[in-house]
Amino acid sequence: MTDVINSLGILLFATLAYGTPLIYASLGSCFSEISGVVNIGIEGMMTAGAFTGTVTAYFTGSPWIGFLCGGLAGMLFGALHALATVRLGADQTIAGTAINMLGPGLVIMIARVLFNSTDTIPLTPEQRMPRLLTGVFDTGTTFGRFMDNVFSTYASTYLVFLAVIIVWFVFYKTRFGLRMRACGEHPEACETLGINVLKTRFLCVCMSGFLAGLGGACVTMAISNQFRPISIVGQGFIAIAAVIFGKFRPHGALVGCLLFGFCSGLKTVLGGSSGIDTQLISMIPYVVTVLVLILFVGKSRVPSASGKPFIKAR
Amino acid sequence: MKKILALTLSLCLILGLAACGGKTEPTTAAPETTKAQDQTTAAPTEAPTEAPTEAPTTAAPAAKVKIGMVTDVGGVNDQSFNQTSWEGLQALAAEDSSFEVKYLESKTDADYQTNINTFIDDGYDLIICVGYMLADATKEAAEANPNQKFAIIDDSTCADLPNVACLMFAQEQASYLVGLVAGSVTQSKTVGYVQGMVSDTMNLFGIGYITGVLEVCPDAQVLQYNANNFGDIPGGNTAAKDMITKGADVIYHAAGGTGMGVINACDEAGIWAIGVDTDQSPLAPEHVITSAMKRVDVASQDISKAVKAGNFTAGVHLYDLSNGGVDLAPTRTHIPADVLKLVEEKKAAIIAGQFTVPTSVDDCPAFTLK
Repeated sequence: MTDVINSLGILLFATLAYGTPLIYASLGSCFSEISGVVNIGIEGMMTAGAFTGTVTAYFTGSPWIGFLCGGLAGMLFGALHALATVRLGADQTIAGTAINMLGPGLVIMIARVLFNSTDTIPLTPEQRMPRLLTGVFDTGTTFGRFMDNVFSTYASTYLVFLAVIIVWFVFYKTRFGLRMRACGEHPEACETLGINVLKTRFLCVCMSGFLAGLGGACVTMAISNQFRPISIVGQGFIAIAAVIFGKFRPHGALVGCLLFGFCSGLKTVLGGSSGIDTQLISMIPYVVTVLVLILFVGKSRVPSASGKPFIKAR
Repeated sequence: MKKILALTLSLCLILGLAACGGKTEPTTAAPETTKAQDQTTAAPTEAPTEAPTEAPTTAAPAAKVKIGMVTDVGGVNDQSFNQTSWEGLQALAAEDSSFEVKYLESKTDADYQTNINTFIDDGYDLIICVGYMLADATKEAAEANPNQKFAIIDDSTCADLPNVACLMFAQEQASYLVGLVAGSVTQSKTVGYVQGMVSDTMNLFGIGYITGVLEVCPDAQVLQYNANNFGDIPGGNTAAKDMITKGADVIYHAAGGTGMGVINACDEAGIWAIGVDTDQSPLAPEHVITSAMKRVDVASQDISKAVKAGNFTAGVHLYDLSNGGVDLAPTRTHIPADVLKLVEEKKAAIIAGQFTVPTSVDDCPAFTLK
């Protein structure tokens, strides 16, 4: 019984550890997609955020300034993507691919200049993302350890759930949210009604970069304490998959990310003790994702104007 | 206005691409390289830099010894053997200006052959291939160019070729020593071990470690986990957390990037972590008790010096405790004095041949990863 409760605690811990960066990134992806701009540059924006977050935290000593700057770095790349796709009407997939190449290339170059290595200096415990409830629950009992494993998590994880609620509210309960969704569906109609499509989309893509940057920063500032080129490997693309899985809705994407996190956790928990072949266990997250997509998810409705550059009528 | 913006943007992207594509670093040879080379070519002796497969050790002393290093897909900054061997070569070039060193990074498996051929065409005296992943490419190139000298790290499948030196490391010995440390400092009699992948080479880490732990603490429980991935940071973090929940108070990892998650989890939980390959103490100075070091830098330097001295020998070169090829990391402040004494005794016993660390899974029934 103790073992089961322990494993359950670890499973939930892993769900959050894997899931948190993905949720941030998928919220970012939602922002961009719903306003009608395809953003496959999430990965590059995450890398920028991951690097900038650790470097700023290292130099300023404050994890919060680092975290914020990670977001801002992502936003800068978001602005670059917006400039290319919204302002100049470039192909969105190609611009996103360019961001994915530019991000890692640029940060590795800067890292070499600053640290003479592609890795940053490891953060000290004070510079890392704080864990708010450490030791609050750990009473030494099995249940205490369970609570500690689940709830004594990073501040960034608590924040991400808040972020989901805020994004959901902005999308569905505010005038701006309605406008941006309209821009993703029928920009020409918006334009005739006096909504500035280009400005709305520009803002959304910047916001997308900001959230992706935060996602990157919480990889390097929470679950590891150092930026390395391997820190962001594919999370951005998994986040985009989660958005499609969640039918371009923030709460749907949240479920998608948590599902992927849960399956990855299952892989770790089962991989330790059970006699099942690790190769098979490693397949779990991917097999489950495919199965869920086939069995339970209906057709995902892509915003109709997604991927099409909007050229303002003269 | 739009055009200017577009131009600036495309310039940015081109720069970005250039930054990513920066595959080849300029050589770090001493500044007088070109001058020296000019002198060489002007000298009446044959010009070794021009002859692709010529062994130039017989050439004039002014000749540069050109050492080329091909990385595996980990890249030159992998915080592991690629980086260590490149640092070794850089140090060598810095102290002895007759060496000219250069590396080529491999982004995919398909680059191995191309990179090796580039060095062959440029007339390098020795090509160091880092990692067992390059074994096939090295073998092919070595058979096709019998006069070209090669060295390969962590692989012995090319040992029968007359022009390939196989630089092997006794990782089980270093792992055994850190196992002794782990078994001595554990209070819960539960220790953890995270491995990056199950293979004969990787298993040596676990076999050595578990043998060491059980020798000093026979009733210890060793929790083991195969991450099946060298780059899964959250996975390493979770696995370590799981072990900590089950009572582990020392965890050793031989799992590359996955190990970063392991060390971070140990640091947060306030238990000991043991690093691998390099001295990983800087990752968590308070909680990395020691690391199992593999001196790939020493091996690369040795073989380069041998080429210069003209006594290059093919076959297996074993780096173990006796020649300083593997050892505990130099940071030892956290290890209690009596434990350090025990480690030194055991080390002496291994060097003297009184004790052999097992290398087979059959000799270590407690090792359960598969």
